[in-house]
Amino acid sequence: MGVDFDMTFFLVRRMAGFAATLFIAALVIFLLLDLLPGDPARFILGINATPEAVAALRTQMGLDAPAHERFLAWVGGMLVGDFGLSTTQRLPVAELIAERMAVTLPLSLIAMVVSVVVGLPIGILAAMRRGKATDTALMVLAQTGVAIPNFWFGMLLTLVFAVTLRWLPTGGFIPWDEDAGAAMRGMILPGLALALPQASILARVMRTALVDVTEQDFIRTARAKGMTKSEAIWRHGVRNALLPVLTILGLQFAYLIAGTIIVENVFYLPGLGRLIFTAISERDLVLVRGATIVLVVVTTATMLVVDLAYAFVDPRLKGREA
Amino acid sequence: MNWQLLGRHPSLVVGLLAAVLFALLGLVSLWWTPFPIEQISIARRFLGPVAEHWLGTDHLGRDILSLVMRGTLTSFVVAGLGVIIGIGVGVPLGLAAVAWGGIVEWLVLRLSDITFAFPAVIVAILIAALFGPGEINAVIAIGIFNIPVFARVARGGALAIATQDYVAAARLAGLGNAAIAARHLLPNIMSLLIVQGTIQLSLGILAEAGLSYIGLGTQPPATSLGLMLRDAQSLFLIHPWLSVVPGLTIVLIVIALNIAGDGLRDAIDPRLRHEGLNHGAG
Repeated sequence: MGVDFDMTFFLVRRMAGFAATLFIAALVIFLLLDLLPGDPARFILGINATPEAVAALRTQMGLDAPAHERFLAWVGGMLVGDFGLSTTQRLPVAELIAERMAVTLPLSLIAMVVSVVVGLPIGILAAMRRGKATDTALMVLAQTGVAIPNFWFGMLLTLVFAVTLRWLPTGGFIPWDEDAGAAMRGMILPGLALALPQASILARVMRTALVDVTEQDFIRTARAKGMTKSEAIWRHGVRNALLPVLTILGLQFAYLIAGTIIVENVFYLPGLGRLIFTAISERDLVLVRGATIVLVVVTTATMLVVDLAYAFVDPRLKGREA
Repeated sequence: MNWQLLGRHPSLVVGLLAAVLFALLGLVSLWWTPFPIEQISIARRFLGPVAEHWLGTDHLGRDILSLVMRGTLTSFVVAGLGVIIGIGVGVPLGLAAVAWGGIVEWLVLRLSDITFAFPAVIVAILIAALFGPGEINAVIAIGIFNIPVFARVARGGALAIATQDYVAAARLAGLGNAAIAARHLLPNIMSLLIVQGTIQLSLGILAEAGLSYIGLGTQPPATSLGLMLRDAQSLFLIHPWLSVVPGLTIVLIVIALNIAGDGLRDAIDPRLRHEGLNHGAG
């Protein structure tokens, strides 16, 4: 029995788990939204519509088919990229979501990159200066960063960099194809706002992981071989400490996408959040359903990728139950 | 908890005191606030801190200190109920996973996987689509988010206990799975649960603020720290003060709870000192 067989088995098991999770999540969303009080057909036509007109629209929208048929039709459609038609905007849901993802996805990526670039070095520095004033100062900083709501930090950033210094726009979004530079500038403050708590968490995790690794035998061996403490930590410590950091990073990215829904409010960005809120208030069930399942898919897929990356980096973990 | 223990952990004392102080401030608002919370006085709006209004007044001339007091209460209650739901459902699941094992354990793990796929915001969106926004919405969303967290903490802690000799002895003495979970597993993971509870309380306060800020949580005329920030949203460029006070209050409460949580962890079990990973990605 070779290593490859183990790996294939592991891959198949994880993919099956991924598919099962998504199927059940879709079922939950469908069941919840199917119970929705309020008939979308009546909502579209208004209170004065005749029962015949409502019935006709219900048929046209496929609302009078049995629930299990509608569920299977929805899932089947999504597999080929068809998320249905928005009941209020009469446009394909997939198109509407893709349009908003042009804001949400880059924003999450920027926040992720910033939090890694800021958080990891802070964590490493703190671990190297463990117990000294630098360590204490950096960890107080991280403790504060974790406690600051990202959207409130966004408001403070706007006050400083947009209102007082006038370096960046207070909000709004210019599409990428119109002026990519301006679009990017509009992403900086929200990206920073999202990154602050994430960077603080990463710094803490990185420090903890590195401190743990430093206490292990192979670092002592490296030191005995004549490496300085910093050399030993850089060459042997950081790589080993990256494993727990990777897990947290994956979780963070998954939740960052959800976090943009809140932060985009501060900056009046036309992201997924605004689409969803409008859809809720207009009872656009098909759109809410599509947007939530997309968020769930992204969250679950990120966790799957982390799991797989973890197994490739450290094959010992393959057989371990989560 | 003995008092000597507290003496050896000054940060625990500071964090706990500050958190309790904020909670009391919120509680007092039920009987007394400097001004009635709903008292609107347009003539006196946008005041900075003055002798009469220590923290100034908002866009409707309401006393900000009074609003912050009541808002703090809402935040604690919502986050606290979220923790109770998380413990009430999650801990029995985690203990059952260990006590019964096999298919039960597999089911609990899969259930927690699926719940992890629904960040609190998404749950709140779904509930808002069903029943409309409100505090209950926030409580349920935060509660559901907490369930897998407590299920995993309970399972992780109980797994270590289940291998102990006294558990085997209890089994030989004829105790069933449920009895073992209740008598031997649960008491031994209490400290873990208290530590995680403190952390989830602080995450819950942040989550309540976020949900109310986007309009899915607390609704007027009730108030919460997040809702105050929502009110400040359209005005903060001209009147930054309106957003500074509730925001800082949230930060201070969360720092206090986190320090208390870290301190509790160190005090209860020094071996856990370095496992500070549980702040998670809220």
